[in-house]
Amino acid sequence: MTACPACLRRAWLLGLLAPNLELAWRGRRPLKDILALEDGALVAALAGRRRSAVEAAYEAFSARQARAACAAAAVTPVCRHDGRYPARLRTGPGAPAVLYVAGDPRRLSRLVGGDVDDGPPAAAVVGTRRASPEALQVATALGRGLAAAGVTVVSGMALGVDSAAHQGALDAGGPTLAVLACGPERAYPARKLALHRRLVAEQLVVSELPPGAPPWRWSFPARNRIIAALGRVTLVVEAAERSGSLITADFAADLGRDVAAVPGRAWSPRTRGSNALLGQGAAVVLDVEDALDAVLGLDRPDVPGVAAARLPDGLARVLDAVAAGAEVPAPGADGAQVGAALVALAELEGLGLVRRAPGGRYVATAPGWRPLASTPRPAGDGPRGPGGDHLGCCS
Amino acid sequence: MPAHVATYALVGIESRRVDVEVDLRAGLPSFTIVGLGDRAVREARERVRAAIVNSGFTFPAKRVTVNLAPAYLHKSGPAYDLPIACAILAAAGELPAERLARLAVYGELALGGEVRPSRGVLAVAEGVREQGLDGVVVAPERVREAALVDGVAAHGAATLRDVVTLLRGEAPAGAAVPPPEEIGPDPHAHAGLDLADVRGNAAVLEALTVAAAGGHNLLMTGPPGTGKTMLARRLPTILPPLGRAEALEVTRIHSITGLRGSGELAVERPFRAPHHSVSPSGLVGGGDVPRPGEVTLAHHGVLFLDELSEFQRASLESLRQPLEDGRIAIVRGQRTAIFPTRFQLVAATNPCPCGQAGTGSCRCTEADHARHRRRLSGPLLDRIDLHVSVDRPSAEQLAGPPLRSSAVERERVVAARERQARRLAGTGVPSNAHLDAALVRRHVRLDATAEGHLWRHYDRGALSARGQLRVLRLARTLADLAGADAVGAGHVLQALALRQDDGAAAVGA
Repeated sequence: MTACPACLRRAWLLGLLAPNLELAWRGRRPLKDILALEDGALVAALAGRRRSAVEAAYEAFSARQARAACAAAAVTPVCRHDGRYPARLRTGPGAPAVLYVAGDPRRLSRLVGGDVDDGPPAAAVVGTRRASPEALQVATALGRGLAAAGVTVVSGMALGVDSAAHQGALDAGGPTLAVLACGPERAYPARKLALHRRLVAEQLVVSELPPGAPPWRWSFPARNRIIAALGRVTLVVEAAERSGSLITADFAADLGRDVAAVPGRAWSPRTRGSNALLGQGAAVVLDVEDALDAVLGLDRPDVPGVAAARLPDGLARVLDAVAAGAEVPAPGADGAQVGAALVALAELEGLGLVRRAPGGRYVATAPGWRPLASTPRPAGDGPRGPGGDHLGCCS
Repeated sequence: MPAHVATYALVGIESRRVDVEVDLRAGLPSFTIVGLGDRAVREARERVRAAIVNSGFTFPAKRVTVNLAPAYLHKSGPAYDLPIACAILAAAGELPAERLARLAVYGELALGGEVRPSRGVLAVAEGVREQGLDGVVVAPERVREAALVDGVAAHGAATLRDVVTLLRGEAPAGAAVPPPEEIGPDPHAHAGLDLADVRGNAAVLEALTVAAAGGHNLLMTGPPGTGKTMLARRLPTILPPLGRAEALEVTRIHSITGLRGSGELAVERPFRAPHHSVSPSGLVGGGDVPRPGEVTLAHHGVLFLDELSEFQRASLESLRQPLEDGRIAIVRGQRTAIFPTRFQLVAATNPCPCGQAGTGSCRCTEADHARHRRRLSGPLLDRIDLHVSVDRPSAEQLAGPPLRSSAVERERVVAARERQARRLAGTGVPSNAHLDAALVRRHVRLDATAEGHLWRHYDRGALSARGQLRVLRLARTLADLAGADAVGAGHVLQALALRQDDGAAAVGA
């Protein structure tokens, strides 16, 4: 099934009117209202002096050409009349007409298909582009922990928190999905080329803008409304007072989705936005378990932690030792033991579970932010209440 | 007819043939030295006149003109005293010119006629061999040093009169110095230092062996008082023993700079640890008359820079050429000197200003860390492959048994070096640490697993592009130490854990 001409034309029209939209958005007209307009009204409202030219181009639109452009960019258009279009994205007239998908479109329903409460669980993880080292670690750990529990990590692939969350989810083997503010085949920001490539190959990158569309300033908040709609919960890791993440949180609240935030320092301007969310009643996220509680509910079945689920015994032991601050390799180790310990450290670093501190010593990334148990808990242990023993990882 | 005597000038760490010509002419008695000499050379007039008279000869009552040829070469130091005196005596007919023509003469004179030892005799003796002269006359203290060069007869002369006796053939003075014995492992080498003195720090010991085996430069970070200096001092004990050519070169350099006057051949690899207040020219060489710096004194040995972050930036930057090229050109005015600088660098530093980074009790701010890193960054870190953190050993480790011994590690190192030498034969590359990108591609072939590990680190931002090359060089050495032909995933992982990578500052994302 391919996208229908009307929807393709709508998406194409957005691309055509992007510069006008930019002006309107700078003129502080609410984006939600603009995007909810019918095609004709949209042209009338935005096109201005270009109106007749736009209307002529609108009449001459060729769906075949649009499909060919998608095929050339290896992008699949999924329109709202398509069965694969996520039901949770049908949030009203302002919802995207077409979701352009880079990557295997069959993954779409597995990642974010169906209704937000009954479909695959997903959480939006968003935050500042200029993140502190702690925020990056927290975002990576959240991404890893959520993904390991089967929760799709939805984010925007921006620098900082967004990409750290994607990276964490990729470390755990997915699932994760990126929503871009430009054509989905473009790696934007360019610095995240490698991440984009991996996401396309293993997970999914989507956008409401057709291939080739550049990012506009208005398309970032527009992208944020999609992120908010796809996630059951929006988790804000670090946000200053005026931050795009707060826009995502606003959209989520408008849609009736939950908002949660990681608390930051009381007086720091870097976390004033996320702390303000907490003041307005957002759920407090102190660790991965809290995040899972927010997404899956308190009566969720116990999920094995990523480390217990995936780490071989030897690596888990080394990780425990590093997290406990012990010297690794052990100071009295013989040659073979030193070699084995060095191999383990490098493997853990490759998994993002440890990193090298400035002095060359290995430290665990965000200890306490891993739902790690040295021995997997037996299945069917019953529901866990809040305040569980997830910090037992270091004992 | 003027008299000729051959002697040598020291230029950098080489010697150049200088002919001392003396012309005696009737006229008012005078004594002039020409030929671009420095003050020490001009003052030779007084020493030479006194020594000749006090040795019982007559100083010619004529116009005495001494020329030091070639005239364009700057000459410095007092070692021209003895050749000038000999040339004057030859011109006066006291010495047989034909015997004198086959010898070089080198030494300083005391007023009483005694011959004083001068620096750089080994370099002079090498010049003597190259010029095809029969032998060299030096102070008795330097005879053994001159005799280190094969095919050069070393004559010791304690006084000017001894020289005359020798040249007249009246006594076979000191020509019979036995050729130096073959150098072998010296039980007293390195003043009794051994890796067995080290407690704890198993990873650092491994890194030392890797550094020695591949010639890699090493960075150690750790809080003050954890034994970084102690560890560095033991690196020479596991490096392969000096070959004869290397030993001669080390001895020559140390003789010229006055570090060594015993006349024995160097058997230990040099270990130099300049203080962090050292100037750029102290470190790489300099001066009006270019003199070798610490990097040349550490040639074929170890240069240890403790408190790396305290060194002047200019000093550290000046290390770039010596590290890249294995030699340094010092240009001062019209004089240029090229000094060899094939040393292995060991650097030590605190991890951060308070010394506790990574332990949780660090009191430094993020800005402090950044400043500290900036001080270290640059071309220097680019040449350092290995980086380990050094910890204070616990009480029980201090009481425990030693982990490694220098003798055993040196055997492993020598075996690994032999593998490298076979592989790199004909390329002129001395060890894995000097492999360039092309050679790495040829000699480090990775399988898919190993490649995957490397890319995983790279994608995560934990490894820079340059860091990758350094890791591959290290992995090659680790494979050589293990006696493996192919570099496996395990070697790559170990190399990753021991890597120095300043380029990957952004971690976490």
